[in-house]
Amino acid sequence: MSTLFAADEAKALLDAAIRGEMPDDRGRFGPFGGRYVPETLVPAFERLEQGMKEHLHEPGFQQEFQRELREWVGRPTALSFAPQLSKHWGAEVWIKREDLAHTGAHKINNAIGQALLAKRLGAKRVIAETGAGQHGVASAAACARVGLSCSVYMGAVDMQRQAPNVDRIRRLGAEVVAVESGDKTLRAAIDEALRAWVTDPEGIYYLLGSAVGAHPYPYLVRELQSVIGVEARQQMIDQAGGLPDAAFACVGGGSNAIGLFYPLLGDDIELIGVEAGGIGSGLGENAATLATGTPGVLQGSYTIILQDDDGQVQETQSISAGLDYSGVGPEHALLQATGRVKYISAKDDEALEALEELCAAEGILTALETSHAFAAASDYARRNPGSRILVGNSGRGDKDMPTLTQYPARVRT
Amino acid sequence: MMAHQKLSAAITAANDAGRPALIPFITAGYPDPADFIETLKAIAAVGDAVELGIPFSDPMADGMTIQRSSFEALKNGVSLKWIFEQLDSAQGEIGAPLVMMSYLNPLLAFGYDELAERSLAAGVCGFIVPDLPFEESAEIRAALEAKGLGLIQLVTPATPTDRLKILCDASRGFVYAVTITGITGGDTGLPADLTDYLGQVAEISALPVCAGFGIRSAADVASVGQHAAGAIVGSALVEVLEKGDDPKSYLQSLLGTRDDRQSGGAG
Repeated sequence: MSTLFAADEAKALLDAAIRGEMPDDRGRFGPFGGRYVPETLVPAFERLEQGMKEHLHEPGFQQEFQRELREWVGRPTALSFAPQLSKHWGAEVWIKREDLAHTGAHKINNAIGQALLAKRLGAKRVIAETGAGQHGVASAAACARVGLSCSVYMGAVDMQRQAPNVDRIRRLGAEVVAVESGDKTLRAAIDEALRAWVTDPEGIYYLLGSAVGAHPYPYLVRELQSVIGVEARQQMIDQAGGLPDAAFACVGGGSNAIGLFYPLLGDDIELIGVEAGGIGSGLGENAATLATGTPGVLQGSYTIILQDDDGQVQETQSISAGLDYSGVGPEHALLQATGRVKYISAKDDEALEALEELCAAEGILTALETSHAFAAASDYARRNPGSRILVGNSGRGDKDMPTLTQYPARVRT
Repeated sequence: MMAHQKLSAAITAANDAGRPALIPFITAGYPDPADFIETLKAIAAVGDAVELGIPFSDPMADGMTIQRSSFEALKNGVSLKWIFEQLDSAQGEIGAPLVMMSYLNPLLAFGYDELAERSLAAGVCGFIVPDLPFEESAEIRAALEAKGLGLIQLVTPATPTDRLKILCDASRGFVYAVTITGITGGDTGLPADLTDYLGQVAEISALPVCAGFGIRSAADVASVGQHAAGAIVGSALVEVLEKGDDPKSYLQSLLGTRDDRQSGGAG
């Protein structure tokens, strides 16, 4: 994709992104993004965009948001030095601990921010989609916190493989709507949430969980998740004495990655996004959208997607439900095309191995999604001895125990 | 006459004959790809124009019936390429102008210029693209209009008046008035306040206005026919095909042209 633009054009787009000029008025990150939604939802998206412009950066809203992040989410999350991993890898490894945020993942930053916005916009109820269940849990918790009713759309297949999270969502007071259409996973859940929104565009607030979809969601989610990178940048300076040489984050839709990377775009740091390599490189064997996909329109946005020659979106495969998605946020498509961020993939077994290594070395059970970032970081460290590495630890792995128990632990140190 | 004008003309001709135009929708190649052209011919014999659904993997504006038909057609190998080949082979045998209903991505993958060329050759006069709002439509509109094809705009009860004007002006062939705030295949019946809404669209639009979503019976067709130039029947017809019933007699029943008038579809 780096051949999409001439070098000077790529540089101009990247400079604009660093200056904070992306997306433009039409919700475009260069050629990517936009708003491809049914006519019935156009007024709802316009209301959301207007409301967001009015409230998001207004001091009163920011004060309330920052207070909730501090007193309810538990921010700032820690930056942990990883002494054992550093020794094994021959590098200096730092971990940004989003697993320590309330409900166990970065998803809560976005969920509480949008729930506060929904409240201000006078929504009667909130709907959300979820894949692995983390965004469902975060949305349920955030809606309980601000006093809004919440329905979470979840694919029937995901409900089965993430059963504990289904129960958590219900206990937090939200309704779980089983999605039996399409592939019965995240993509079908988003389609179904959009269908539900169409029935009451004025009363419903759609709390989208990743930096994907139609404008303004990719922007809104980035703004709410950027707290990760803002904190990590300062913590690196304070604790490590300087910025890292490279930073890693896993990429499904890409909300934790954009949250970590966006505040670091202007720094001299190698930024590396890690997608799910699944079981192989063939179409349908992975969720490595940026690595193997092509431009197209999926669920509201012109971005890179996994599709066949006829433009039919392809199903994906990954051990981690949270990375199991056929599209990616449009800002990542731009960051790849401009060459600013490098996107690679790690396979299921590499992610599992990294998870076990991190557990044994640092006493951190990370999520299967996040494990992909550690797998790639480990590889980088071995090729760049002595480098200083930052890994975004997007969530904790307790939710993955049903999957993990199928694999006997191998690493012992 | 440009291709999109054939649509307006077909609708107006029905109105001149004292009835609303009937525009049936089918998912191309459903239920059996082998019967596609035969089914299309049968439907085009009754319909004043036919809306041909291009199957897509993510039909986000459609209810369960059309989703099911779409996934089934994909499973059976139906693609835009295949549809054009079939239409080319049936040149001159289909008795009504065609409109393609497709989500944007299959059209994008096909390429807009080739799409316009193949459509014109195959008797397709216009396109309905449910996930393409006016603001994003300049590129495909230009390619279609270069060949005289129309991009048909949808309007909904939630569309503000100033936007309604923009969309009606931009539309070609006819204006598609969505009757409900919802997805296709709803079973809640037509809303009671349809008169004001359809009346307003008809007043603003210089083109014929056709109403769609939730139209299932002869009574529904007659009801929207009081305010709109035509009625689009989708999910109910797909259900008839799903059950293996005769689509032609169902469509005739909608126009009241059969003595044993049926309530049709699932009612």
